[in-house]
Amino acid sequence: MKYIDEYRKKDLILSVSEKLKTISKKEIVLMEVCGGHTMAIQRFGLPSLLPSNIRLVSGPGCPVCVSSQHFIDTAMAYSKIPGVIVTTYGDLIRVPGSATSLEKERANGSDIRIVYSVLESLEIAKSNPDKSIIFLGIGFETTAPLTAAAIVKAKQEKITNFSVLSAHKVMPPVMKALVAEGVKIDGFIAPGHVSAITGTAIYNDLATVCGLGVVISGFEPVDMMQAVLMLAIQIEAGSPKVEIQYQRVVQAEGNLKAQQLLSDVFELRDDQWRGLGTIALSGLRIRNEYSEFDAEKQFTVNVPESTEPKGCICGQILRGLKTPVDCGLFGKKCTPTDPVGACMVSGEGTCATYYKYRS
Amino acid sequence: MKTKEQSILLGHGSGGRMMHDLISDVFIRHFANEILSEQTDSAILSVGSSEIAFTTDSFVIHPLFFPGGNIGKLAVCGTVNDLAVSGSEPLYISVSFIIEEGFPISELEIIVEALAAEAKKAGVLIVTGDTKVVNKGKCDKLFINTAGIGRMREEDRLISKAEDIQPGDVIIINGTIGDHGMAVMNARESFNFKTTVESDCASLNHMIRQMLDKSAVKFMRDPTRGGVATVLNELVEKIQLGIEIDETSLPINKGVQAMCELLGFDPLHIANEGKVVIVASENEAESILKSLQNHELGKRSTIIGRIVSDHPGRVVLKNETGGRRIIDSLSGDLLPRIC
Repeated sequence: MKYIDEYRKKDLILSVSEKLKTISKKEIVLMEVCGGHTMAIQRFGLPSLLPSNIRLVSGPGCPVCVSSQHFIDTAMAYSKIPGVIVTTYGDLIRVPGSATSLEKERANGSDIRIVYSVLESLEIAKSNPDKSIIFLGIGFETTAPLTAAAIVKAKQEKITNFSVLSAHKVMPPVMKALVAEGVKIDGFIAPGHVSAITGTAIYNDLATVCGLGVVISGFEPVDMMQAVLMLAIQIEAGSPKVEIQYQRVVQAEGNLKAQQLLSDVFELRDDQWRGLGTIALSGLRIRNEYSEFDAEKQFTVNVPESTEPKGCICGQILRGLKTPVDCGLFGKKCTPTDPVGACMVSGEGTCATYYKYRS
Repeated sequence: MKTKEQSILLGHGSGGRMMHDLISDVFIRHFANEILSEQTDSAILSVGSSEIAFTTDSFVIHPLFFPGGNIGKLAVCGTVNDLAVSGSEPLYISVSFIIEEGFPISELEIIVEALAAEAKKAGVLIVTGDTKVVNKGKCDKLFINTAGIGRMREEDRLISKAEDIQPGDVIIINGTIGDHGMAVMNARESFNFKTTVESDCASLNHMIRQMLDKSAVKFMRDPTRGGVATVLNELVEKIQLGIEIDETSLPINKGVQAMCELLGFDPLHIANEGKVVIVASENEAESILKSLQNHELGKRSTIIGRIVSDHPGRVVLKNETGGRRIIDSLSGDLLPRIC
């Protein structure tokens, strides 16, 4: 298949693997901050192709996994309001909240529907004029422009029964927060799809202020091996910078139209991350100009303080301090069928990925 | 009890781990008897001096019409295949309809026509049935329940029991995987993928009979809900040996592969309705492949893996880059209502 086969060529992967052995003898730890990367690394068995001095750790890159318990609990409270239809991307419905999950609320009678695009929520709104549709907006700079586009469309088409509970987040603040916290890493493999929207400048501080290289990578094994190689070369030369490996998709300035849409509809706010606490200016709130589409302003619900599940070390895993196999619950009390933490629910979660691709 | 939920979730009907747990925790526990405990596609029953295979199935697919078929054709194929993979010759089926008030009779007729045509093709007679109508909103358009009876031959009666499987035996499939699930999903969701993916929905009894007449088979099952991965996992659990699958050998249509890449699905978890997974000794493989490839439903038949003594109870996939990973049964609710 075009754009896939050429980036999965065994010979090419092995040749990068050989090259890596000669580039650097330093102990190198690289963090990827994207669920798609976590999956590719495990699915293609990349750790076994790296020299023993280079280690990959997974950071907070899966949108479902970083959504706070409070967000899930709020979503469930909305789903219980009579006349409300909650629409959501699939994985979110199985994330355990403090007491139950959206999946169980659906079985109890709440109208919760899985959509593959936020625009489907608008169609649901049009065909159910007597109901209120609340879309659960999760994801980073990749999915947030779609939510923004839906909100703008709703305003243009005067759809009044549609709103968004936004848990959208932006990538750079959490990366800087991890560095400030003292998490020991030597460089970041950054998600290609985020930079397809934002461009490369969002990471400049990481290179110039924090002294960490960032390589924006694609999602196939050849892409990822090449990104590791580019970072190893930077580290060996002592010259951290922001580079694009995923050149077939990412341009330095990004997608200006999508950036404009994002800033028209959203503004930055402090936001909660599962297991990481509140990070300044890391979330996206709907601007006042679009407040009629902001579920938080349209509906009042009483959500008790949320509690994180006992024994779950999602927070440390999201920081790259531990791996799922360090968790006492992993594979025993916590499995994809019966997950304890969000990282086991999402197909892109670190725990689910480790479970699925364990061997 | 492995089932922890207080109420039924969609995942309990997915054909994967949750359904498996529900069946053993609730149904088997209350119904327990020797025949049911075999948990085969059809029950093998002694009637006088002969043996019959007996099966039942329900069809709640949404949408009722999809590329490659409709609920009527599917109802016959599903029932015939359950009988055929048990090694029996399908003879008679029953068909019951549960219909929602307001359902157009013109659509019902199209479905019934397809049902009759497929029954004729498969060589089975529809000999009894039932009709119920429920109030609007109490079922989604139309559901079908079937039962089927097939004649067992003495030499084939062990096929569904998987008793004689040894390390070195080969695993064969009669063509591409994942077509049905992806065709239904594309018809149902608003992706608008411009793809030619069609359901593989077909009655396999003639192809299977042709193969059994010439070759010895140790085990067969149709990989419907939960896909090939779930069939293989149920098998390794039963035989306490391992299975190794070679990813590069898996026959997958380009459209299915592309949809799976985009949506993050594993084709091994996607449902099929015209496929059979076969286990046989290596020296039978050639004759089985030849027989299958001679039939229109088996042109792309191939060996996809082997039974191994390593990692008992586990299905391991060797991927294109030489890495290895465990293939688990489907967990949770991937695509509800695909059959």
